[in-house]
Amino acid sequence: MTDPVVSDRIMRDITDHPVVLYMKGTPVFPQCGFSAAVVQILTHMGVKFKGIDVLADPALRQGVKDFSSWPTIPQLYVKGEFVGGCDIVREMFESGELKDLLQTKGVSTRAA
Amino acid sequence: MAIDAATIEQLIKESLPDAHVSIEDLRGDGDHYAAHVVSAAFKGKTRVQQHQLVYQALRGRMGNELHALALQTSLPED
Repeated sequence: MTDPVVSDRIMRDITDHPVVLYMKGTPVFPQCGFSAAVVQILTHMGVKFKGIDVLADPALRQGVKDFSSWPTIPQLYVKGEFVGGCDIVREMFESGELKDLLQTKGVSTRAA
Repeated sequence: MAIDAATIEQLIKESLPDAHVSIEDLRGDGDHYAAHVVSAAFKGKTRVQQHQLVYQALRGRMGNELHALALQTSLPED
């Protein structure tokens, strides 16, 4: 069960920001290789995103897992929708699907 | 806390009996695996939903005993 206070906060975060990454550590200092990999992909694509450090908040760390029924961090949200964790983001990046998704959702990526 | 590859495979097959599971122990430490799961149960599902099926099969171990499972899911080839 998601704590309603925490899930409200997640809803607000993913509504207020077009691209949100729940991660371990910060975009500048990721604390986990999987989080670092997603940061690297987004940075490489020139996507502006809000990184939220779940290590700073144990309730959020559990809450975001409950929210998405997804057991691991990182978690990427685009326009309020859960896109996936590290494996899915990487697969989508490699196939070009991530760029398509971002463009469809109106998120700007760096011009190739 | 580690979990062996045979246990992971068994758990996945209990939930997805038709699944073809190949598991690689990435570091030999019983904690970092890569799994490729092929099952007809993934048909019509998004990647997120496919991975969720596998995570459900692992019944809460993912993210706990099992720190890292790089997951790839696909449909059987016709």
